Amino acid sequence: MAWTRHQMAARAAQELKDGFYVNLGIGIPTLVANHIPKGITVTLQSENGLLGMGPFPLHGQVDPDLINAGKQTVTLVRGASTFSSADSFAMIRGGHIDLAILGAMQVSEHGDLANWMIPGKRVKGMGGAMDLVSGVRRVIVITEHTAGDGTAKLLRACTLPLTGTRVVQRVITNLCVLDVTPAGFEVIELADGVTREHLQRHTDASIRFSDAAIER
Amino acid sequence: MKPRAEDKPVYTKLWPDARSALDGIVRDGMLLAVGGFGLCGIPEALILALRDTGVRDLTIASNNAGVDGWGLGLLLETRQVRKMISSYVGENSEFERQYLDGELEVEFCPQGTLAERMRAGGAGIPGFYTRTGVGTLVAERKEHKNFDGVTYILERGIEADLALVKAWKADRLGNLIYRRTARNFNPNAATCGKVTVAEAEIIVEPGELDPDEIHTPGIFVHRLVHNPHPEKRIEKITTREA
Repeated sequence: MAWTRHQMAARAAQELKDGFYVNLGIGIPTLVANHIPKGITVTLQSENGLLGMGPFPLHGQVDPDLINAGKQTVTLVRGASTFSSADSFAMIRGGHIDLAILGAMQVSEHGDLANWMIPGKRVKGMGGAMDLVSGVRRVIVITEHTAGDGTAKLLRACTLPLTGTRVVQRVITNLCVLDVTPAGFEVIELADGVTREHLQRHTDASIRFSDAAIER
Repeated sequence: MKPRAEDKPVYTKLWPDARSALDGIVRDGMLLAVGGFGLCGIPEALILALRDTGVRDLTIASNNAGVDGWGLGLLLETRQVRKMISSYVGENSEFERQYLDGELEVEFCPQGTLAERMRAGGAGIPGFYTRTGVGTLVAERKEHKNFDGVTYILERGIEADLALVKAWKADRLGNLIYRRTARNFNPNAATCGKVTVAEAEIIVEPGELDPDEIHTPGIFVHRLVHNPHPEKRIEKITTREA
């Protein structure tokens, strides 16, 4: 059985280490915050200018001056700080953020990422995604393994306009976990019931399997 | 403002209202930098006043373009904007219509690059190199340079004819303090305006702000407007159960 969105988020949360400063993208990556392992301290950065983002506020505690990069109302944790956009992106492009977990439209076997525009469709803009992928030390993508119409999202080369080149280190899909290696995609974990053959059929790049990618 | 004992007029950057604060400093075709992220920390009163000046063919550097009927969306409705320099414009259907019809030009600029372009422009730095956007559409027609084996692109600083920003607290010398994430682009935009106009919710006398807590020193601010009750619309109210 393929992993659910929450199982994907829980798997991504295993990538977090004590003391990490982390930026979570919009969508499934946001759910990672609900699965931070007990006993470790992770500080969430929101690129609109907030370090130490807490959960959504209670009904009576909504503050219009306190939102996240998805424009949702949020709260501050103890020890939080707020700052300007230039300072926020100094953290990002200066390599001070340990990990970014982002969504994707396409990922290539070289780690190229496309997640901001589809030619001919409504263009909303890249927001901070290009800065994040070029500046954050480690970039992990969470995405469904294939698009809604069944086409592959993991490819030899992206066909959509890029967000960054050679920026993704690891991909967590609903079917597996893959690393981007100099030799291309290497599967390191399979979701229960997913076969190697099934995975290859739904990936438009050649994939290798580590010994740990055991069919269950 | 408390009256003074002496007759000497009190030096102040405070103007009676947003409309008068824009007197003589707006013109067609000018370049503006406007603070705010989404609808958070936008200079509401100054945007309304700018609309009412009827000034046209504006180029506006601002992370977003407001929503239909609010924020910079107000200036789109009246067709006063020729070009936006923004990182994300997804929340505005009037924007989309004008963009698709070719009435409105858009320069998509990565969010961090936009902030740094304002910061650099305000600091007298005409350009800077960044890795952001290398290998993407953003890098097209830009100078590429290799530093220590890594490729960077040249981005230009922004020097705006006019910057509009929103602060929480200010003194009449233009020293500004922002609140929470309503800070966002405001301090960066404030530095890059040849003329900068700020609106603030609370105005105090010089000396009442702790110098260590001032975010934008008054040297960057030329005119100040008091807006005690901004609407502060929220795009996405998200809450949790107790």
